[in-house]
Amino acid sequence: MRLDVVLRVTTKFILAPLLLFALYVQFHGDYGPGGGFQAGVIAAAAIILYGLINGLAAARRIVPDAVLERLIPAGVLIYALVGVAGMFTGENFLGYNHLAHDAVHGQEWGVFLVEAGVFVTVFSSMVGIFYAFAGRRRA
Amino acid sequence: MIAAHLPVLVVLLPLFGGLLAALSRHNEAAFWIALVASIATLAAAAALAGQVMAGGPISYRIGGWDPALGIEYRIDAVSAPILLLVAAMGVAAIVYARRSVTVEIIPERVAWYYTMMLICLAGLLGMAASGDAFNIFVFLEISSLSTYTLIALGRDRRALLAAYQYLIVGTIGATFYVIGVGLLYLSTGTLNFGLIVERLPEITSPRALIAAEAFIVVGIALKLALFPLHAWLPNAYAYAPSSATALLASTATKVAVYLLARYLFAVFGIQRSVGPISVADALMALSLLAMFAASLAAIFQNDIKRLLAFSSVAQIGYITLGLAIANEAGVTGAFLHIMNHALMKGAAFMAIGAILISAGSSKLDELAGIGRTMPVAAGALTVAGLALIGVPGTSGFVSKWYLVLGAIEAGRLWLAILIVASSVLAVLYVGRILEVIWFREPAKRSLEAQAVPLSLLAPTLVLAALTIWFGLDAGFPVELASSAAKALLGVSKGALP
Repeated sequence: MRLDVVLRVTTKFILAPLLLFALYVQFHGDYGPGGGFQAGVIAAAAIILYGLINGLAAARRIVPDAVLERLIPAGVLIYALVGVAGMFTGENFLGYNHLAHDAVHGQEWGVFLVEAGVFVTVFSSMVGIFYAFAGRRRA
Repeated sequence: MIAAHLPVLVVLLPLFGGLLAALSRHNEAAFWIALVASIATLAAAAALAGQVMAGGPISYRIGGWDPALGIEYRIDAVSAPILLLVAAMGVAAIVYARRSVTVEIIPERVAWYYTMMLICLAGLLGMAASGDAFNIFVFLEISSLSTYTLIALGRDRRALLAAYQYLIVGTIGATFYVIGVGLLYLSTGTLNFGLIVERLPEITSPRALIAAEAFIVVGIALKLALFPLHAWLPNAYAYAPSSATALLASTATKVAVYLLARYLFAVFGIQRSVGPISVADALMALSLLAMFAASLAAIFQNDIKRLLAFSSVAQIGYITLGLAIANEAGVTGAFLHIMNHALMKGAAFMAIGAILISAGSSKLDELAGIGRTMPVAAGALTVAGLALIGVPGTSGFVSKWYLVLGAIEAGRLWLAILIVASSVLAVLYVGRILEVIWFREPAKRSLEAQAVPLSLLAPTLVLAALTIWFGLDAGFPVELASSAAKALLGVSKGALP
């Protein structure tokens, strides 16, 4: 694979737009199709593509396993903490109405932060699954 | 502020504990996080049970949304005892895990193991706390996925196969459940239990409902290992790590039984019949088959963990039989046996786990005379075994008493006789264990057994002591069970609380 110039050059061109597109899908999720899950998958696809072309070791230098294993629970933690934040503002769990000055903005903030948590966990789980399969030795 | 949020805290505490345990990536830290989280969960469950007993059902709206749109958590007399039981068994299993994981789990995976135990607890508690049919499916999946991981972490390579087997069956069960929920949503337009019950009488064509009931009951029956859908259970229990077996045997199937009771009594009505056969009759036939066939299978097992697993299938038969009898004494007996069986089977699996760790085997023929070298663990196993038979003075007697009472009140004397007759089979399989561990000359393994650490024995003994205590003074569990039974039967008569 290392000799395949076309693949390597194309990948270089694609990687940055891929990550940018992930951010677009993440932040535009309020208005159009998309959100944390889709954005996480797209961002993970960038890492997986990099790993496919340059080898697993190179991908692991960018996103080490130790970081990955922290990111998976961290995303869920972000989600749950946003819910608990609602409890401290006098709402029920996952109530976002009081997170900002009015209910509409509160809901917007709440969903935005929750989607960020979804992004982190989906991204790290996808890359984790790729590492697990790619790192398996042939029996 | 805390009191108002208890219905959701009881799910959030183990969830947060699991996340922190995963983030800590440190075995010792993960244990203490798990311990604190599970004790806090138990405190929350106990406070909830107190509130429900004093003031009736509690409703909690997630995110402040109306139940018709959002998710409602509803704790009533039926779910409160289940929450209390699951939270208590969670504490016992985690205390037990501290020493057992050092032998049974690869060190790098210990923190993940605690994470999975806590996430499993969160899922099971969520199933009991939620009043939303689809939300229950989500929690069912959360608890199932963590359960597959827990089983697969077992030291034996066959644990992987057992986990895979359970994964396939469990996924089919969950899929059936969600298909049923979909049909229910199709006919009623809501996922909230309370609203479903309100709208059911307006439905003119019962066909979709019958299909929904079939899918939901079969799906849950797979999860609770109702005979003949129990094939996944013996291997899963036999090869999972000891603390995971103790946790699963005493909580996972019990929450599924709770869910079955909730659907049969509060949603569909136990007496609904499909063609000439009523659901109660079908459930009764399967329960009786479970009591006899699984007990027979247990008699011929050599591995004590497998023997106890088959006994679990049989004991679940008693519980579903109580539901099928469908009068107050019967359902009280069922809920009593949910609690009592959790305690006795928890004690039994913990005792055999301690023996497995000390003597290196759970095979009956290698453990001759283990009672002489490990009297405490063998004693706890004996107490649990006697309770499985239903000997007076143990909690098993009380729950069977209520079942027999229910059968007689329903005018079915033959059923009462069958309940007693099936106990004879329990005498056989428990008797085999007792004969080998106490009355034979100690085998090589038994003589070489090392001393059992206190942290393994303490939770075992607490559960065994509770088994005896609830056999002598059954006031507390009977109160919980009978209020659950009253609430369930009250709902099915159309008198909504």
